[in-house]
Amino acid sequence: MYPQDYKFSKEHEWVKVDGDTAVIGISDYAQNHLGDVVYVDLPAVGTKLTAHQTIGSIESVKAVSEIFSPVSGEVIETNAGLTDAPEKVNQDPHGQGWILKLKMADKGDLNALMNAADYEKYLEGLEH
Amino acid sequence: MKQTRFNAHHRRLGAKMVDFFGWDMPVEYKGIIDEHVACRTAAGLFDVSHMGEVHVTGKDALAFIQHVSSNDAARLSPGMIQYSGLMTDKGTYVDDMLIYCLHPEFFLLVVNAANTDKDFAYLTAHEGAYDVVLDNASDRYSQLALQGRQAIPILQPMTEIPLAGMKPFTFAFGKVAGKECLVSRTGYTGEDGFEIYTLDPDPGILWDSLMEKGTPLGMQPVGLGARDTLRLEARLPLYGNDIDDTTTPLEADFKWIVKFKKGDFIGRDVLARQNEEGITRKLVGFELIDRGIARAHYPVFVEGAPAGQVCSGTFAPLLKKSIGTVYLPAAKAAVATEFEILIRDKKARAKVVPSPFYKRDY
Repeated sequence: MYPQDYKFSKEHEWVKVDGDTAVIGISDYAQNHLGDVVYVDLPAVGTKLTAHQTIGSIESVKAVSEIFSPVSGEVIETNAGLTDAPEKVNQDPHGQGWILKLKMADKGDLNALMNAADYEKYLEGLEH
Repeated sequence: MKQTRFNAHHRRLGAKMVDFFGWDMPVEYKGIIDEHVACRTAAGLFDVSHMGEVHVTGKDALAFIQHVSSNDAARLSPGMIQYSGLMTDKGTYVDDMLIYCLHPEFFLLVVNAANTDKDFAYLTAHEGAYDVVLDNASDRYSQLALQGRQAIPILQPMTEIPLAGMKPFTFAFGKVAGKECLVSRTGYTGEDGFEIYTLDPDPGILWDSLMEKGTPLGMQPVGLGARDTLRLEARLPLYGNDIDDTTTPLEADFKWIVKFKKGDFIGRDVLARQNEEGITRKLVGFELIDRGIARAHYPVFVEGAPAGQVCSGTFAPLLKKSIGTVYLPAAKAAVATEFEILIRDKKARAKVVPSPFYKRDY
């Protein structure tokens, strides 16, 4: 279910590392809890973020929730496809529904995140 | 938590369940947008058994209802339904409701789930010398709503009641899927459709039969999530958001349910004065100009000054716009008037638009 090469935060963001670039999105669990996503408020390219800082917000029909950056870095790209098709976050949360790319400031931030197996255990804990 | 008699059906369908004022209710099945669009284009099936039902019977049933409500219930004859407001002595809403006239001395009041106990206590408190019997029958009733352009093709094969000839805001008794029901041409979506009430303690076959007939015609079960987006697109008011015990029907743009000529009723003098002096604020529909979604309670600014908060607000799945309702100063409530809504830390522009936002074309 959850990609083995991704890292996950307790706030249900995922990170996929490619060199010093971090691709960030929200997990399948998060999209399922939000319901139909209709608007994603994205930060400007060049924005510097520190880990746990708010990146932006994601609006579903029924609720709004904040997205937190799992790692520190500078925004180098946002997913322009979400402007016209925010439903990609629901349909393909770990792929086409990615939210933004950061140039990581410190790869050590990744150590604080969970791997897929630990994240799944964490989710089981939330269900009880 | 309270459960409707269709609870197991919802769980079998994998619905997400929520606590809705003490009721364990489905908020969505396949997803709010899918369900919303299905209801607009084909049909939707809703379990609304959480609604409250109060029987008012007796020689003074009509006089009592006239006393506590704003509309003129004397216009009802058996088989007819009226939308009305239960009034406080300030002319504000205790609740909004449907009044079904079953017999000149027997009325059924259908009220909001969240208000049922409050309403029943209010009715009891005003019983006074009226020769009536009040019966909170809510727990004995189950209620389904079938809404959408495919409602008749779905429901007609299951009942002997001739549906096509049934006028809006009327009802009939008859069997549906073998169960004794009251079927009314009413709803809360802006679509044509029916609400089906039964006192049968085991009504599960109603849900199953409707699903069986409806699914091939594009019908979907609809949860409370899309019930809210559907009613808001049609600009039907929701108690607790658009109307409450601080707002009057005149302010809420429901002057037509206030009948001053019917005689005295609770709150009449306050409403008559407000009608004469003119309202100072008015409930309007708005559309967001900027991106985002303006939700209930977000602060509103008119010409830079605080002007209350959003009453209802959502993303309208069919219109693909952000819409909502708000009370604006009456002088600033004309269509096309622009104002601002604080969405978290940013002010977004909005404008008053004609409503309902959605009107069916059949």
